[in-house]
Amino acid sequence: MYVIVVGAGKVGWNLARELLEKNHEVTVIESNRRRYLTVEQELEHNITYGDASELWVLERAGIERADLVIAVTGDDEDNMLICQVAREKYEVEQIIARVNNPRNKPHFDLLGVKPSVSATDLILRLLEHEVPEYGLVHLLDLQEEQLEIIEMLLGRDSRVTGRRVGDLSMPEGSLLISVLREGKGFVPSADTVLKEGDEVLAVLDPGREDDLKELFGPAVGGNGAG
Amino acid sequence: MLGEGHEVSCLDEDPEAHTRLEVGLDKGWEDLGGRFTVGTGLETDALLAAGIESADAFIAATNGDNTNIVIAQIAQKRYEVPTVIARILDPLRAEWYREQGMHTICPTRVAIDMLESAVRDAPSREAA
Repeated sequence: MYVIVVGAGKVGWNLARELLEKNHEVTVIESNRRRYLTVEQELEHNITYGDASELWVLERAGIERADLVIAVTGDDEDNMLICQVAREKYEVEQIIARVNNPRNKPHFDLLGVKPSVSATDLILRLLEHEVPEYGLVHLLDLQEEQLEIIEMLLGRDSRVTGRRVGDLSMPEGSLLISVLREGKGFVPSADTVLKEGDEVLAVLDPGREDDLKELFGPAVGGNGAG
Repeated sequence: MLGEGHEVSCLDEDPEAHTRLEVGLDKGWEDLGGRFTVGTGLETDALLAAGIESADAFIAATNGDNTNIVIAQIAQKRYEVPTVIARILDPLRAEWYREQGMHTICPTRVAIDMLESAVRDAPSREAA
């Protein structure tokens, strides 16, 4: 299958990695020169530089023969329109668009861009389903501030389910900032007891991911749950 | 258009844009019957506040092609504004969306045509 992935952020890059590992043909399109150069070191000829909003950039990437176009940039308008032209102009069989701001979801539907997925929602689950070791997803990198925000879904056999937040020995340089449970988010207190299916958000110093994975693991799907 | 007696409502994310509207006017924008809403075209609340449901015409002329293409379609499909016009700088996409039935204005295309005709009409060295 030939797949075009627009946007080489964390989601796009990891999607491309996965697809390549599964022996699909992949071209990533990235419009930020610096980001492109970084990712190009790994993906090499599987990434191209350009603004995928422009038709000639899509054509250069071979959109006419693409089986699937996935738009996962951080800009909802870009994602909407790239998928719209992919389907309507280039007759690409299958498209997937990322919704950054859930309030924009009705606009995706109105423009006929389906399916559209919220990054904190479906892509996360897809990735976890496809990649069992993928227990932890980067939501945000604050490069200037040297901080990252990550999200973890707690599985049945996670080491922290059933435990009080106050009893967790969080690694130095990390902080639990939010728990998403049954579609609602809240800031946990020391008395909050974590449950299976909770999605926890943590802010941390870069490089602390492994410590957190260790504490909250094993990742969802790691033991055949996926 | 306000001067011609139309009712005009402007939507801009920058409150400062209101000041720009009043440049060269001897009265305030609202005093002349104009409306002004702060917000972006992707915010449903802002579109409603600007009066999109009763508009006869909608012009999407922000400085972003993508924004204009999206909100023009929202105006057309969701609010069924009878006349919708989108400013699209990218000639290729302006053309494609025109083929899809969108009324598009491409300033780049207009400028190219004007420049071309200016050059064509210019006397050549030999003729001079």
